[in-house]
Amino acid sequence: MKRLRLTVQLLFTIITNGYVYGFANGKIYRGSLKYACVPGLNCYSCPGAVASCPIGALQALLNQRGFHIPFAALGVFFLFGSLLGRFVCGWLCPFGLVQDLSHKIPILKKKKRLPYHHILKYGKYVALILLVCVGSMFLFGGLAKVPAFCKYLCPSGTLFGAIPLLSANEALQDQAGGLFLWKFGILLGIVLLSIKIYRPFCQYLCPLGAIYGWFNRFSLVQIQWEKELCVSCMACEKACPVDLSPQEISRSPECIRCGKCVDACPRKCLRFCGISTKHTKN
Amino acid sequence: MGFWKKCKGWSLGVLVGAAFLGLGAVQGQLEVIWRKAVMICLECVGIG
Repeated sequence: MKRLRLTVQLLFTIITNGYVYGFANGKIYRGSLKYACVPGLNCYSCPGAVASCPIGALQALLNQRGFHIPFAALGVFFLFGSLLGRFVCGWLCPFGLVQDLSHKIPILKKKKRLPYHHILKYGKYVALILLVCVGSMFLFGGLAKVPAFCKYLCPSGTLFGAIPLLSANEALQDQAGGLFLWKFGILLGIVLLSIKIYRPFCQYLCPLGAIYGWFNRFSLVQIQWEKELCVSCMACEKACPVDLSPQEISRSPECIRCGKCVDACPRKCLRFCGISTKHTKN
Repeated sequence: MGFWKKCKGWSLGVLVGAAFLGLGAVQGQLEVIWRKAVMICLECVGIG
């Protein structure tokens, strides 16, 4: 499962950022695929990006003059969320992959959570409400509204958008200043922190994770726990990178469906399931 | 019966999602997203 997940993460990142011409020339893809959104946090200003970022799309709609309900972005969240929930975070998000790889660096003693996790975990909801929604509607740069999350926080934009674009596009290099340094500092901080803590951005700051987490309780892709077979050995809880108990796994908004609990269970009482109705008693 | 009960949540979500997407498309919101996505987003790269 571990190898399968890494393969899917790598393949999905390569396919959704496969516009090689953009990387070589410091330009971005301008075709019609960008009408659609990828499920994960993938900056549409990445030179390789072939589709749009769902959080960027939500902010673009909130940045319009007046207030319009952002139906298109909500539609994307409902579609991906209802089918996959936070499986997107565990398997399809390029920035999740970056944090996973950083966490594999064999230095420092690994920890699952930050101190005050029970409070800090709400940071992603704060980012969603204050930066993505309120910020994008009421924060102005000159006469235009700004996508506050992209501008002040998003490390995915810095890593996949800013760094490759600035390295290949000299005209942009001259304009980079304090804001770029601020965003670069955030990216560096998150990558360094993720060497020790498992996916700190996903656990504490990602607004997309906050949205998909809400769908976890009823999404098609689920991890089911068969209570009758369980011998309470807690191997699953030990293996879970976000420290969830077997009772919490299937419905918790924190579960990213990485499948480590499924691998760890000696009695096979945890399993991925779709629409199958077998083994559903609990 | 169990099958439909289990499908209720996510399939309703998919229907709502498809309806929202359709509504957004009718209102020209996909065009807004596309226009934003095909220009380099200066805020995203830390310039704007």
